[in-house]
Amino acid sequence: MRHLLSIDDLSVDAIAEIFETAADMHDVQRREVKKLPALRGRTVINMFFEDSTRTRSSFEIAGKWLSADVINISAKGSSASKGESLRDTVLTVCAMGVDGLVIRHPASGAAQQVSQWVDAVVVNAGDGMHEHPTQALLDAYTLQRRLGSLEGRHVVLVGDLTHSRVFRSNVLCLTKLGARVTVVAPPTLMPAGIAAWSAAAGFETSYDLDAVLPHADAVMMLRVQRERMSGGYFPSAREYTVGYGLTRDRLATLKPDAPICHPGPMNRGLEIAADAADAAQSVVLEQVSSGLAVRMSVLYHLLAGEES
Amino acid sequence: MGLVITGASLLGEKTGDLYVDDAGRLVDEAPAGAEVLDADGLVALPGLVDLHTHLREPGREDAETILTGSRAAAVGGYTAVLAMANTSPVTDTAEAALRVLDLGREAGLVDVQPVGAVTRGLAGEELAELGLMARSRARVRVFSDDGKCVHDARVMRRALEYVKAFGGVVSQHAQDPTLAGPTSCCHEGELSGRLGLPGWPGIAEEVIVARDVMLARHTGSRVHVAHVSTAGSVEVIRWAKAQGIDVTAEVTPHHLLLTTDLLTGYDPTYKVNPPLRPQEDVDALREALADGTIDAVATDHAPHARHDKEHAFVDAAFGMLGLETALGVVRTALPDLSWARVAQVMSTTPARIAGLADHGSLALGSPAHVTLVDPAASVTVDRAASVSLSRNNPWHGRKLVSRVVHTVYGGRPTVRDGVLV
Repeated sequence: MRHLLSIDDLSVDAIAEIFETAADMHDVQRREVKKLPALRGRTVINMFFEDSTRTRSSFEIAGKWLSADVINISAKGSSASKGESLRDTVLTVCAMGVDGLVIRHPASGAAQQVSQWVDAVVVNAGDGMHEHPTQALLDAYTLQRRLGSLEGRHVVLVGDLTHSRVFRSNVLCLTKLGARVTVVAPPTLMPAGIAAWSAAAGFETSYDLDAVLPHADAVMMLRVQRERMSGGYFPSAREYTVGYGLTRDRLATLKPDAPICHPGPMNRGLEIAADAADAAQSVVLEQVSSGLAVRMSVLYHLLAGEES
Repeated sequence: MGLVITGASLLGEKTGDLYVDDAGRLVDEAPAGAEVLDADGLVALPGLVDLHTHLREPGREDAETILTGSRAAAVGGYTAVLAMANTSPVTDTAEAALRVLDLGREAGLVDVQPVGAVTRGLAGEELAELGLMARSRARVRVFSDDGKCVHDARVMRRALEYVKAFGGVVSQHAQDPTLAGPTSCCHEGELSGRLGLPGWPGIAEEVIVARDVMLARHTGSRVHVAHVSTAGSVEVIRWAKAQGIDVTAEVTPHHLLLTTDLLTGYDPTYKVNPPLRPQEDVDALREALADGTIDAVATDHAPHARHDKEHAFVDAAFGMLGLETALGVVRTALPDLSWARVAQVMSTTPARIAGLADHGSLALGSPAHVTLVDPAASVTVDRAASVSLSRNNPWHGRKLVSRVVHTVYGGRPTVRDGVLV
């Protein structure tokens, strides 16, 4: 693995290795001195073409705890609108001597394109609606810590699938790890061609959350952006919550030991009720600390072995 | 002086010589002292006519000019091209059209026939000065807002009615903007779902094609569908023709050979509008071209400067080169299409649709616009070898069947042995 662009880049063994290292990194977080020398002398640039607080700071801390020099560059607004091509933008940054480029971009495929232009190791921190591989890894890592092996376990993803890179990476990762996956959304928030895709990739789809939820071993609520209403994807927030929210009533139908995940930021009251977000079975904050461990592990595997 | 073209097989059928007099017309006997062009083993076609070319001048002379685009056309076997109106400024006045016409004449390699905009500034609201463009020395007959759809039904209706006065035709870029907006860049289907690219559903084309054939029927006017890309559009056009509606349609070479799965690597070289479609659509388009439902092959040659393609996929420019490779792509996609049918769809019918009386025929008395093709050759495309100013060439590295050897424009070779004269 030279870059991490998609979950498709990872074999089951590679994922297991990342998780094994992540468990060690998790222990580091509990130390008083949270610093390992692994990436000393390495430079990692977090290049974010889109706003992000949690992912960017997670990568930043992960790099720093591994002793890398971490620099954040905010390049919001498409480079197209500024008249500079994406290629020129990233080549300029990489000309400064960069070992790792963590890239977040509003356009699907951007990380993959960039990886063809630069010598640096590229980590996809979210490309448009396409993928967010470290999010899927941290989700699976969190679930494994709760459930043990994911083989045969039933994971339910609910929300705006069309626009969600978290969904796309998770469906790849979870099926790869042997989980049974059901995705639930209103028809207007399901990507085009999902019937053929799900049949080929071996996951299930449903419009009916109430029918699916009681059989879930874990549930993952996806963020629903309020802007989607004006796009006509659904009539109102209220109607969405009634159909697809993890409400207090629905929480009662969920197995009591089934973890509740959310990649954040949460719209409390829209896709997830406060009772669910704060329930004992909610792993939302654990996802954050797992995220750090997984990102440390990913940076370590991609950058520590390399000759400078 | 004159010219004698010896040994070519006319439309792939009987072999004979072609004679060109001093005035550049086809005649029935060799003029004294004529230059000889050896075409032994080659197929002679009437010079190719492209209904759909973007030459980028004025406005983006870094991507292509009327001269460099004319060179690409000649190398591809073309003797006439219709230059689309979406330049900067837009070809929406007689003055703008005349400038394109005259720059084409100055280049002197093909007839560059300007297409006029349907609406002022391609804004889709007010009609451009269609009549003044038609009455000008440029004799504009084809009108198109190509790049944008004339989406307002009332504007489209008025345009169709208005051009009847001078035998014009509206060439529609069929894309309902509410179903496929400006960011839509990947055929909507399983792949767009997986890749997370904004989908461009076939239905966005089909609803406009369906609406426009009904408007053509209602107005008794003539409509031309640019770059048809889906099986559904083919069905509608087939139905409309059966009703006697005056509709013609073109397909691009790339929609006859390339499919949407090329987008898997997010390479903007394959970003084009309308997008590449799945194999089922490609099959339907090939069948429609063979059976006459689709009338013409048109390149939609769309040069772009390299930096306009080096953005993230959704931000990169739409379009691909096509002039130099069109004939080879058609031969590769439809190897069983007869040369006579190739001549129809790439020369005779486009010339008729565009009202170019001097093109599309090898009949005696016609201007000698002749394309000579080696049917047995094959060419591996090298984008660096292109005479276009741009390099957004989706055919790079592909082997295409047949090769344009000579192009004769008005009795004068513009290309000899594959090289510009």
